Amino acid sequence: MWLYLAPTLVINVVIILIPALLTIGLAFFQWDGLSAPVFVGLGNFVSLWNDSVFWTALENNLIWTAIFLTIPIAMGLLAASMLLIVPRRGSTIFQVVYFLPVIIATAITARVWQGMIYSPVTGIFGWLGKLGLPLTNPLSQTSTALFGIATVDLWHWWGFLCVIFFAALRQVPQEQIEAARIEGASFWQMMRYVLLPGIRSTIVLMMVMTVIWSFLVFDFVYILTQGGPAFSSEVLSTLAYRKAFYDLNVGQAAATALVISLFGLVATYFYIRIQQREGV
Amino acid sequence: MRLVESRATLTITYLVLGIGLFTALFPIALLVLNSLKSAQEIVTNPLALPAAIRWDNFARAWKDARFSTSFVNSATLTGLTILLVCTTGSASAYVLARKKIKSWKLVTFYLLATTTAPIQLFLFPLYFGFAKLGLINNVFAVSLVYTAIYSPFAIMLLRTYFLAVPREIEEAALIDGASSWQIFTRVMLPIVSPGIVTVALIIGLYSWNEFLIATTFLQKKDSLTAVVSFFLLSGQYSSDWGEIMAAALIIVLPIVILFVFLQRRFIEGMAGGSVKG
Repeated sequence: MWLYLAPTLVINVVIILIPALLTIGLAFFQWDGLSAPVFVGLGNFVSLWNDSVFWTALENNLIWTAIFLTIPIAMGLLAASMLLIVPRRGSTIFQVVYFLPVIIATAITARVWQGMIYSPVTGIFGWLGKLGLPLTNPLSQTSTALFGIATVDLWHWWGFLCVIFFAALRQVPQEQIEAARIEGASFWQMMRYVLLPGIRSTIVLMMVMTVIWSFLVFDFVYILTQGGPAFSSEVLSTLAYRKAFYDLNVGQAAATALVISLFGLVATYFYIRIQQREGV
Repeated sequence: MRLVESRATLTITYLVLGIGLFTALFPIALLVLNSLKSAQEIVTNPLALPAAIRWDNFARAWKDARFSTSFVNSATLTGLTILLVCTTGSASAYVLARKKIKSWKLVTFYLLATTTAPIQLFLFPLYFGFAKLGLINNVFAVSLVYTAIYSPFAIMLLRTYFLAVPREIEEAALIDGASSWQIFTRVMLPIVSPGIVTVALIIGLYSWNEFLIATTFLQKKDSLTAVVSFFLLSGQYSSDWGEIMAAALIIVLPIVILFVFLQRRFIEGMAGGSVKG
């Protein structure tokens, strides 16, 4: 039976586990990817601690987490609960359209927003500017770049949550809904006392996944701003990438990767604990 | 099930759902609309209908983004990944669903843990290792990376399909004298084939759209994927947004058509794998 597992495990260990262990080791070395690595102990972590860009990136990851823990989850829940009201066929059409952005490649989503919406020359922002609305490209301002990127990811992402919440809502036992209706509950009372508690574990699960995903965000930041202007939209994953492939400072990149993993580990720990407590 | 009788609530519902519909479709509509226009027209008004439909945008996009090469690369990479994930993943999912080994819990936990690991945790040594072995710009090597990353998700999804198969079917085959390999390939695989199709679709979508690994490991002009060559076209080689949107549409269209026809498999697959995984 181990033979059935062998291909999966061999590929996984060679591609993920061994390099991951090497990353842990590399975090204690200074290495440019070419010459011999030099042992520096905790040096890489000390220089990260003293690097203001690292703190900006960490802060941005936390802001990102806060945004994604609230807005798309609220949007998804709102739309999913409303899909319960409309007839079955209608809800299918809405679901399919909401899910459409999820299947479009991040690189393409990013470019469409950049060129067709945010651009002051070719986008809607420029067109509205001609009508007298003073809109600037959010990606070019240090104060708004991160939110400009988050908006793109929100557009790309919220439909997924909506579809998941809708699937969960439809699995709430029919008897509970009937009972509430017989007692004369309004739609909002039904949401508050029957439906939302009924999908609590799905909501919690999605929130924990959101925390994990928030520390992994890379594509949109890398494509839209490369972390700029002036590192204002840098996140830990783009910082690690820059350090490895542009600054040729693989040791510091590895240390940054370990910090990202640490947040992932903490979130995974809570995920498992919640699962045990809820008995999912 | 009718939850609401009041007309006002129903109106608000359709209004909110309609806003959602508009929000989701508006950027996609801009993508399609402007792929048919000249660069000059887009600057004048990105919302206007094209004066004359510029089909030549597509021809130029195809040539400038070198899609004749990069589409083949993307298709090869996607096909290889689907093949590897489905073959290795279904065997593993079968063993883990039936708890055929004592340490199934440990293996499941290990696979789950790798799904939440950030790519940066293993990217750098992997890149320099591949570079040393001459595996950069090698589509087959990248498909192995995709297989490692996507197969835990595929295994969790396939596991639920294997769990749904009644044990009696396996036992009957065993009594008839079938070997374990025969039970797996002749009995179990045909039963879970709808699950394998779903996995193939989702893994195909992920591989076709993937950016970070493709842009890191496939850098030579002849080994780029469609998405990366689009990224380069729109970043450096062209400022003609009509052409860029045409290139985008060329990559997106096959996926969207597939999605519209098989939307239930896509949605259930992506949702099922991540909720239960």
